[in-house]
Amino acid sequence: MSYSKELLSILVTYILTQNFILSKFLGICPFLGVSKKLNTAVGMSAAVIFVMLIATAVTYPIYNLLVATGLQYLETIVFILVIAALVQLVEITLKKYIPSLYNALGIYLPLITTNCAVLGVVLLNIDTNGYSGTFANFGRAMMCSLGAGLGFMLAMVMFAGVRSRLESCDVPKFLKGLPITLVAASLTSLSFLGFAGIVENMFS
Amino acid sequence: MAEKKTLRQEFTKGLIKENPVLRLVLGTCPTLAVTTSVVSAVGMGASATAVLVCSNIVISLLRKVIPSKVRIPAYIVVIASFVTIVQMIVKAFLPSLNDQLGVYLPLIVVNCIILGRAEAFAGKNKVAASAVDGLGMGIGFTAALFCMGLIRETLGSGTFLSGIASINSGSGFAIPFLSQNPMLIFVLAPGGFFVFGLLMACANKLAEGKGLPKAELHGCENCPMANHCSIKDKENCESNEEEAAK
Repeated sequence: MSYSKELLSILVTYILTQNFILSKFLGICPFLGVSKKLNTAVGMSAAVIFVMLIATAVTYPIYNLLVATGLQYLETIVFILVIAALVQLVEITLKKYIPSLYNALGIYLPLITTNCAVLGVVLLNIDTNGYSGTFANFGRAMMCSLGAGLGFMLAMVMFAGVRSRLESCDVPKFLKGLPITLVAASLTSLSFLGFAGIVENMFS
Repeated sequence: MAEKKTLRQEFTKGLIKENPVLRLVLGTCPTLAVTTSVVSAVGMGASATAVLVCSNIVISLLRKVIPSKVRIPAYIVVIASFVTIVQMIVKAFLPSLNDQLGVYLPLIVVNCIILGRAEAFAGKNKVAASAVDGLGMGIGFTAALFCMGLIRETLGSGTFLSGIASINSGSGFAIPFLSQNPMLIFVLAPGGFFVFGLLMACANKLAEGKGLPKAELHGCENCPMANHCSIKDKENCESNEEEAAK
């Protein structure tokens, strides 16, 4: 498989079959919390894509540094601190230089520090793409992050649609609120099971 | 005597009345992800409890030293250190449990129960109360995970404690009819959402009988990031919207 084809297959895998929210259960809090309205769902997921890409670009070289010094066991601490500092930095920079982007994404940025999808993608990249710091592997890691972010957005946007329908439904009293939302999420996730196997066949 | 009673209250509130998963709706990611079997669910619960108790104690000890402006990064460092310790212990002594929990073990760092308790309780209360609060919340978390794991493993693969071999030499039980005809969907992702939804509905029903409010997704006041969060000011936050609607 050529390299570009491989990158494309990684992208599709992470959007459809390995969807972060619906099959890996990462980032459930924002999924349930801000998916009520379409515009907040889109803003939040755009911010997540943005932070995932930057976080991967920064933590990947740092991990090579940790390997070189034999301190891999510090990865969790280092990554969460790097992400937290980075998010703060990005927020300040955006506020100062690109206020229009800040108004669109900025308000979601502080929430993303403690989002498990971001730390999750960074840790999974280290697991799946190894830590031989070649540019090819770096490309794979960046593609994973992009796919994970886009998959996050797809699930959020779809679910915002499902929830707006749910608003007008007459639900039994004890199921109202979160329980019925979770059952709806279960059905959305069921529909994504249908993509199983599609990637192998598409790129074989 | 009064002190003892309050300690007991701190302990028991985490079990049922303020159960972190079913009442406060915190830590949803591990609740859904690692409950495909009872053993991994309890393993995750125990790891999170250990981190929660230790970080609560340390944060409570340091509560007068940490300036309030940098308290969130400070809390995260404390929590991440304990997660690393737990991760190393699990890797060394229970390697197969480590494989089952995978990436969710380091992700205890961003589990909102732990940061939430640090912010809401340990940063304001004495050491003993914080430790007991952490223990109660941790056991409540483990109990909810156990229920989820029990339902999903029994229905989804027809076994009970099937991963016990990773802890000791036992082999778990196969349930006669169900193990030949497992309902696979329950161990897959949709089953996780479904079982969680129904469990929460049951918890709501019970709470309603006692006149308690329904479980809502934690509003801004429970969110550790609330002070830095501009959504709150812009009133985009759901809990604010709901309050405004009322």
